[in-house]
Amino acid sequence: MTLLNQFIEWLDNYWPHWASYLTSAIVGVLIVVIFVILGIIVVILTERRLLGRFQVRLGPNRVGPEGIFQAFADAVKVLTKEDIVPKAADHWVHWLAPVISFIPVIMVFAVVPVASGAIFADLNVGVLYLAAVSSLSVLGMFMAGWGSNNKYSLVAALRSVSQMVGYELPIVFALLAVVAAAGSMSLNRIVEAQSAAPFFLLQPLGFIIYFIASLAEINRSPFDLLEADSEIVAGVHTEYSGMKFAMFYLGEYGHAFGASCIIATLFLGGWQGPFLPGFFWFLIKGFVVFFLMIWVRATLPRVRVDQLTAIGWKLLLPLSIFNLLIVALEQIFWPGMFPWLLIGVNLLAGLALILLVGRAVTIRGGRVEV
Amino acid sequence: MTTALKTEQVVSQIAAAFTGADIKVDGPAVIVAPDMVNKVCAFLKSAPGLEFDYLHNLTSVDFMDYFEVVYHLTSLKHNHSMVLKTRCFDRNNAEVASVTGVWRGADFQEREVYDLMGIKFTGHPNLKRILLWDGFLGHPLRRDYL
Amino acid sequence: MSLQTQELLLNVGPQHPSTHGVARFRVWLDGEVVTNLEVVVGYLHRGIEKLAETRTYTQVIPLTDRLDYLCSITNNLAYCLAVEKLAGVKVPERAEYIRVIMSELQRVASHLMSVGFLLNELGAYFTPIIYCFRDREKIVDLFEMVSGQRMMYTYLRVGGVSQDLPEEFIPAVKRLIVDLRKAVDEYEALLSGNEILLARMKGVGVLSPELAVNASASGPVLRASGIKWDIRRAEPYSIYDRFKFDIPTAKNGDCYDRYWVRIEEMKQSLNIVEQALRDLPGGEIRSEVPALIRPPKGDVYRHIEAPRGDLGFYIVSDGSIAPYRIHIKPPTLINLTTMKDLCVGWKIADFIVIFGSIDVVLGEMDR
Repeated sequence: MTLLNQFIEWLDNYWPHWASYLTSAIVGVLIVVIFVILGIIVVILTERRLLGRFQVRLGPNRVGPEGIFQAFADAVKVLTKEDIVPKAADHWVHWLAPVISFIPVIMVFAVVPVASGAIFADLNVGVLYLAAVSSLSVLGMFMAGWGSNNKYSLVAALRSVSQMVGYELPIVFALLAVVAAAGSMSLNRIVEAQSAAPFFLLQPLGFIIYFIASLAEINRSPFDLLEADSEIVAGVHTEYSGMKFAMFYLGEYGHAFGASCIIATLFLGGWQGPFLPGFFWFLIKGFVVFFLMIWVRATLPRVRVDQLTAIGWKLLLPLSIFNLLIVALEQIFWPGMFPWLLIGVNLLAGLALILLVGRAVTIRGGRVEV
Repeated sequence: MTTALKTEQVVSQIAAAFTGADIKVDGPAVIVAPDMVNKVCAFLKSAPGLEFDYLHNLTSVDFMDYFEVVYHLTSLKHNHSMVLKTRCFDRNNAEVASVTGVWRGADFQEREVYDLMGIKFTGHPNLKRILLWDGFLGHPLRRDYL
Repeated sequence: MSLQTQELLLNVGPQHPSTHGVARFRVWLDGEVVTNLEVVVGYLHRGIEKLAETRTYTQVIPLTDRLDYLCSITNNLAYCLAVEKLAGVKVPERAEYIRVIMSELQRVASHLMSVGFLLNELGAYFTPIIYCFRDREKIVDLFEMVSGQRMMYTYLRVGGVSQDLPEEFIPAVKRLIVDLRKAVDEYEALLSGNEILLARMKGVGVLSPELAVNASASGPVLRASGIKWDIRRAEPYSIYDRFKFDIPTAKNGDCYDRYWVRIEEMKQSLNIVEQALRDLPGGEIRSEVPALIRPPKGDVYRHIEAPRGDLGFYIVSDGSIAPYRIHIKPPTLINLTTMKDLCVGWKIADFIVIFGSIDVVLGEMDR
């Protein structure tokens, strides 16, 4: 019984059902939106400070104590900028693109359990909802690239479509492995199924695959070809200024925040943990995953677009299929097996697979004969 | 250690290959006629014992009576170097044979000489201005420009 | 039914985060593959050669600083060597050693910057740049200690150097060499084995040795293609024949080799600085040269191994106080001659990396 349902029942004492349903929906949406936006602001600040520490410099630390109001200062700056739309741009497409790109970010949080019972919609097909909604943002990127009437943006948009489509499959297979191990698609059940051992220990290969594929889905380094500063200026958001650019910027960090929360839920055990309330554990685990993402961004250079599709299709897809196979076999033949043995077996199998598939696949390549 | 070749040695070899050509010596430099430059350079690049395969520098000087185009050549194989010059006496219509067929490194340098000094290189694949914009009038490095 | 496609003409314009200045390329693309390429330069042309004709020989030295503005000392050195050969000026021993120390430190600073920017173009989000700049700051601090400036030093003069080294310089350089050696090893450990870097740079933009020699490539670009040609060894200038150092040469001529050659050259430069510090004599730092030098009539061509290639000065003198004609041979512009051959068939991302590995500075290209 989620908190929201308890709220509806309490309100049912005073109001007709439809009114209490509507009120609780609005309250829930507001809470989710505020949570997401606050989360994004904290995430932006954390990223900038941490990136600075990785690069042997301080991050922004002037606005407010230790720079915690930096995001608000940036928001004010961005709101006061002139909104320039190129004359030859497709006006409606250009206007809609940031909106479509930002909405899935918030929608994803509807099914993420932040604490025991604190979930907006306890869908029993939560994983399906996740996979569906997170692929909506491709559309936003492509609309931005097309609607800008700019060659750089078009090139970036084409790259982004191939990138995101290519990494959907490894994500889905890794998700399926989690679902097979947990026995349900609802995110609440998945968190509860990790009470024995979190899934990143039970399925280390799945965790790695999902992490890498998430990095590609949210366009972060080393897969940030979409906004490759050094090649295509600013990629898809070259022609955006002012609040629209801010929507893209927030959307990017919102995706990162969402992906870290989802990984924390699916693989690290969600809100479970001793001593502290569930909400704090959720935030800590989300932060750990996000720290990994920042670490990867600060360290690795970018891959080229054909190498990116090669990694997605040739390297991650076979690995994820094998992962699913192993997990499914374990569920059939050893259900209820003592987790530590499973962990050991999966770890060895994961390492062996990575070595084998990595040997068999080359991602270096390609001069094209012209 | 790169040695500068004795000009007499080079001159005798060039004279042997191109009979009746007008070859002079000016200090350490060998001077040939402007329309023969590419043939002489092709010879210098392939002649055994000379084999000047590396063009260091291609530039031009405006002495008011004539233009002088200077080539500094080196042989990486034998580690010797020489200086080749050519003189154009027609100020308004200076033409020199291009050596881009012999050394590709001459490409941008000849375009620069054309751009700034106004000497045309016949046989250059893409003789356009390189440092100044296409509609520029005049050739700034000439001594009588400003 | 065949698909009708069109080639896209992309203008990697003078304003671009990766063009090392204001270089411009017109790139014809088929999808993402480069099919044709044209280099358009001249956006930073300031007419230095013409300006030099109206200045005295000493007044030209600040103009030479502004050529390759990241390697001011080597520009000064090339010019001063040319004038000294023309005028027959002998440089005292201490000045020669100081010049060598400064040039090699400048080489390390320049290569640090070029490695940092190459990795920025690869997409490593500023981290290598800031590490390299942290070390370059230490070198630039030393230059500030000696000449008072952080960028355009104008430190050398015809006949020597302009100011003597302060006392705290030599211990500072000794400490710096230890730090820099550790830093270069750190970069090698972090970068050279990185799988993504290898995948992006190995085999990309291969310059064959024959084409490199024919196209007059010089510097690390030439040595990465397998030609062991370094002016400090082939035509030693100043006192470089007294020092023991290797000439790193690679085999393949791809972007990774150009990067590797620069890292190895940094190590060799530190060796040279160490040897020069050990043998640094006392004495005067500038020989007696009149304020208005009048070299005898004639011409001279003198070239040195600048960090980006073979920088040459051709000076024609007519016996007056100003040069009759100065020509600056730009290694970076000539290295770009084969840009089309290197880039055709590769993708946009590779084209940016190839351009970064050739390492140009617009001040020298356009003069």
